[in-house]
Amino acid sequence: MDYILSIVILACINMIAVLGLSIFTGFTGLFSLGHAAFVAVGAYTSAILTYYYEVPFILALAAGAAAAGAVSLIIGIPTLRAKLRSDYFAIAILGFGEALRVLLENFEITNGARGLPGIESFTTLPIVLVCLTAGVFVARNFLRSRWGAACIAIREDPVAAEMAGVRLFRTRLLSLVVSAVYCGLSGGLLAHFLSFIQPVMFTLLQSTQLLAAVIAGGMGSISGPLIASFVFIALPEALRVAQMWRLVAYGLLLVLIMVYRPQGLMGYSELSTLISRILKRGEAR
Amino acid sequence: MSPRDPLLSVKGLSRDFGGIRAVDSFTFDVREGTITGIIGPNGAGKTTVFNLVTGIYRPSAGSIMFCGEDIGGFRPDRIVRMGIARTFQNIRLFNRRSCLENVLTPLMQREKFSFLGALAGSPGNRNKDRKLRGRALELLSELGLERHASCQAGTLPYGLQRKLEIARALATEPSLLLLDEPAAGMNPEETRSLARLISEVREKFQITILLIEHHMDLVMNICSPVIVMNFGTLLATGTPGEIRENQAVVDAYLGKGKIKNERAAG
Repeated sequence: MDYILSIVILACINMIAVLGLSIFTGFTGLFSLGHAAFVAVGAYTSAILTYYYEVPFILALAAGAAAAGAVSLIIGIPTLRAKLRSDYFAIAILGFGEALRVLLENFEITNGARGLPGIESFTTLPIVLVCLTAGVFVARNFLRSRWGAACIAIREDPVAAEMAGVRLFRTRLLSLVVSAVYCGLSGGLLAHFLSFIQPVMFTLLQSTQLLAAVIAGGMGSISGPLIASFVFIALPEALRVAQMWRLVAYGLLLVLIMVYRPQGLMGYSELSTLISRILKRGEAR
Repeated sequence: MSPRDPLLSVKGLSRDFGGIRAVDSFTFDVREGTITGIIGPNGAGKTTVFNLVTGIYRPSAGSIMFCGEDIGGFRPDRIVRMGIARTFQNIRLFNRRSCLENVLTPLMQREKFSFLGALAGSPGNRNKDRKLRGRALELLSELGLERHASCQAGTLPYGLQRKLEIARALATEPSLLLLDEPAAGMNPEETRSLARLISEVREKFQITILLIEHHMDLVMNICSPVIVMNFGTLLATGTPGEIRENQAVVDAYLGKGKIKNERAAG
């Protein structure tokens, strides 16, 4: 039971980070291979606050999210101002993410590469569920707002977006900061769930897994990436009996999705619209 | 700016791409309330002029006066806010969004919302949203697109996509509307109805229109004055009648361009 519970919690924590990246990659159309760095910033900031300074957990979580948002400005301002196109931006942020990890390995307060043990495990299922629900609610509102419309317009056509009055640089930066805040929150929850963090947990591999969930779930959908991220966390665990084959299955699943549904599981639509469409069809009969 | 000044006044505008001078000290005015046409052979630099006026390119030299300010080199979104909107030669819509959302996006950018209110889904913001949606629907019906409001823009037939692009441009509430080959790919019948639509839009929205077009019947019917461009410079300007009689224009179109070519190169 505890085992299943912990998988559900881990999956939900991961979903919050995926939700953030989905706003940036799925809705704004910029690829990132460095969002694990923002998860790391959130994890370390909140962990250091509760561990050394005994700051209340909720405040530490908020501080971690805010710190991740602030750090995203450091990479976002120069690269997005230069209007780096999506793939170039992905490489730039990859370098940034790895550099940040190396910093964490060398700071004293982070306890270097050995990692930070003994963080109190405050994260429980109700807390994670509240965070995830609030995250989905805010993301949905954001995407329906003026700023969300601007993000989607940029994804569809940056030139046309500008001619519709969208501020390219500001909107892309905003989208990056929002996504980093989500990742930071996810990091804070992760640190206080595992009660141990070390820099090697936040490598390019983690960034790739976040991006894979967004792309396989559907760029331009909130529910798609959430489903994909849950499957990607739960499937390898469910297949633990199959030993090494589970990772093969994971890879195979990714390949199959990309071949048969290149637009991702949900494409550009949401689970809710899909359900209401099915219900309507049922009524029509 | 006195009322007699032109709405848009371009002087000595130049733009180089590497060694090529696409626009070469080009000068023209657009008077308020007119439908001004720009014609010229392919590669004459017409679209480059549009890109310079809308801030997509930065001028290499020259000035673009609009509303008493030199807007040359301003960011596109700033120019849009000042009142210049445009459509594109190869349609650029937000393809995977609905027609309504295409028009709603520019409307939303003009409105002030509170960011935190938007994240929390506050009632005040939702009211504004509803108002803007109503306005977007109005704009769509002005262009006869109300039936397609919830259709994905990319799935519309070509002619309707052109109209939707005009609707989206009008949503920025421009005083000057630039249309880049609005009749491209249309048959004579569609071109005639587009010409009517353009005249109607000018009347209804009280705006000035500057358009690039290759369909001579459209230009000759609704545009005055007509500006002729060749090799990045002004070849002639005048009423449609004058342009039709102009020997230099006839030469440029019928292929006596060789002399002009040498002059431009020299």
